[in-house]
Amino acid sequence: MNITKNIVIILLSLITILSNKLSAQGIEQILSKGEVHGNFQLDMQYYKEDSLIGAQAVPEDVLMNGFANFIYTNGNFEAGVRYESYLNTMLGFPVKYKGNGIGYRYASFTNKEMKITVGNYYEQFGNGLIFRSYEERGLGYDNAMDGIRINYKITEGLHVKGIIGKQRYYFETGEGIVRGIDGELMINDFFGGSLAESKTRLTLGGSFISKYEADQSSQYNLPENVGAYAGRFILQRGKIRFDGEYAKKINDPSADNYFIYKEGEAFYIQSSYSTKGFGLTLSAKGVDNMSFRSERNASLTDLQINYLPALTKQHAYNLLATLYPYATQPNGEIAFQGELVYKFKKETILGGKYGTSLLINYSTVYNIDSTKIVGNDSLRQGYTTKIFSIGDEKYFDEINVEITKKFSPKLKGIFTYSNLMFNQAVVQGKTPQDHPDIYANIGVIDLTYKLSKKHAIRTELQGLFTKQDKQDWATFLIEYTYSPHWFVAVMDQYNYGNKKSEERIHYYFGAVGYVNGTNRIQLGYGRQRAGIFCVGGVCRNVPASNGVTLSITSSF
Amino acid sequence: MKKIQLLLILSITLISFAFIPQSDNRTIPSANIKNLDGGDVNTTELQNNGKPMIISFWATWCSPCKRELNNIAELYDDWVEETGVKLVAISIDDARNAGKVAPYVNGKGWEYEVYIDTNQDFKRALNVNNVPHTFLVNGKGEIVWQHNSYSEGDEYELYKQVKKLLEAK
Repeated sequence: MNITKNIVIILLSLITILSNKLSAQGIEQILSKGEVHGNFQLDMQYYKEDSLIGAQAVPEDVLMNGFANFIYTNGNFEAGVRYESYLNTMLGFPVKYKGNGIGYRYASFTNKEMKITVGNYYEQFGNGLIFRSYEERGLGYDNAMDGIRINYKITEGLHVKGIIGKQRYYFETGEGIVRGIDGELMINDFFGGSLAESKTRLTLGGSFISKYEADQSSQYNLPENVGAYAGRFILQRGKIRFDGEYAKKINDPSADNYFIYKEGEAFYIQSSYSTKGFGLTLSAKGVDNMSFRSERNASLTDLQINYLPALTKQHAYNLLATLYPYATQPNGEIAFQGELVYKFKKETILGGKYGTSLLINYSTVYNIDSTKIVGNDSLRQGYTTKIFSIGDEKYFDEINVEITKKFSPKLKGIFTYSNLMFNQAVVQGKTPQDHPDIYANIGVIDLTYKLSKKHAIRTELQGLFTKQDKQDWATFLIEYTYSPHWFVAVMDQYNYGNKKSEERIHYYFGAVGYVNGTNRIQLGYGRQRAGIFCVGGVCRNVPASNGVTLSITSSF
Repeated sequence: MKKIQLLLILSITLISFAFIPQSDNRTIPSANIKNLDGGDVNTTELQNNGKPMIISFWATWCSPCKRELNNIAELYDDWVEETGVKLVAISIDDARNAGKVAPYVNGKGWEYEVYIDTNQDFKRALNVNNVPHTFLVNGKGEIVWQHNSYSEGDEYELYKQVKKLLEAK
């Protein structure tokens, strides 16, 4: 609540200063430089019972999530607020969002080389391996900080950020206090001279984060302050780039790691080479015991301090994105990924008249080599491990090939083939006995046909073939767009190959939408499959549902 | 306490509204983004020497965004020649995909100026709900037109707005 007071005091004193020092005309002049902008989103669903897919009716009939942001800026001053409304929370969202409230409010000002923010803010250090506060409104994910942040540009090429605060926990904040500092040194800009012009550019960064949470356990002697630190570099020369980050966390017993005192560590390295028409990226990542939250007993996506990106391709096509999506295993994994983008030039055999684009992605994830400590483990280390050593259990594997081809001014297509392996027992926490690894082949044909400049039809035909889980699926989508205002889409997802004939269900969905500038209204009707729903790299379990949905977004 | 807080914020907002001349000439707000070399760039430095500029928010995992930027890429040379317009593509990819942005952009042969808004500060400052979201900025750095989402053919509407901007001069 102190933070709230701080904001109010700052705002009030600002107004007082303005009104004391300046004439009415002066005030008007200053305020006339101010701007207010905002955005709004509303999602509403009417739920119908559907025993076939196991969808429940809700007692309220209709559920709604909505929010609006307002940001006021005037010169170097800025303040913003987000009003959020959950009446009541839609199915699949964390149920702790309930009712109305101010989920986010802040004020900040920039004074020469320094920027001060009080209230809520989102920030990250490096890749986020030890700190990232982030929002993904579509999934109800929000671990905004509530406290104070200072961004300080000490000199050209040397930037420092300092943060302190508590993390957002629905309409409250968590118990733990998170504080930290991050410095970034851009060698070329810092030393200047001939280095400033050099083709080789080097950036170094280092960060430290510490969290405090009181020890109220009678069973263990828990560390109240847990520190984590990380170092990183980016080395670039022309078309070649190499970057890496290494992070370490001291003992942090929590519900996630079953209260062991082992230290955690992580690394993330990437290298890439690209030139016009050709791009190659290779990356590797290792994670060991790196779950990091500001409350030891928090679960799901609550109160996460850090971010451990999944090193797999992020999919957009429905069957690929929703059936078997991979999520990082914070207790331990090692992953590799390679991606190649290549453009066959126009007027070549493979390029044809318009050129052809090829994208190949390969990713694979294993457990890390670890040995459980049996017998005397008085230090509660749990296991011993070698972070750079690959274990013998595979979690995920995928090869994905995507070809984009234009056939004529009217017709173009994207063709995708994917072959994947998915360890559902580990990734989705199921029992290994009756949940074997899934091996699937997936094909997608995405065709766009332009009827005229403004009218177009797009179709997607997707097939997923597997002997495991629920066997074969097909998806058909047809979308008609009338630029720039209208669209209509109809989709059917059919589990036609299910061994249990009574579970060969059609998940049909229809939607119509209107767009005008930043206003967008969409009305839909149909069935939604139960499963993991991923947007922007965050995944969430959604229940099966059937009903009418309304979505409105706007900004000004 | 919460109510007082809300009341204060709302009243300040309303007071400010009263003083604001209601026009559309919003300028580009300040936020820090990264260029493809990993260097810091402040968004107020984005400009095109007095000519129109398109700012387009996208992500490597967003298929309508990629359709939009790939379609514009085919027309881009003509657009630049005819109007001097520049397209600035802002990727909101996070650490999972940020490293793949430059190889993707080069691999596709895009000629755009590309930046990464990993922390989504610029996206928030411009009140973008979802990607794709496209802004048109005039020669004075004022946002004169914007559009959310992409349908096949939307690029013609965008270009119409670019040309309208030049005629208005």
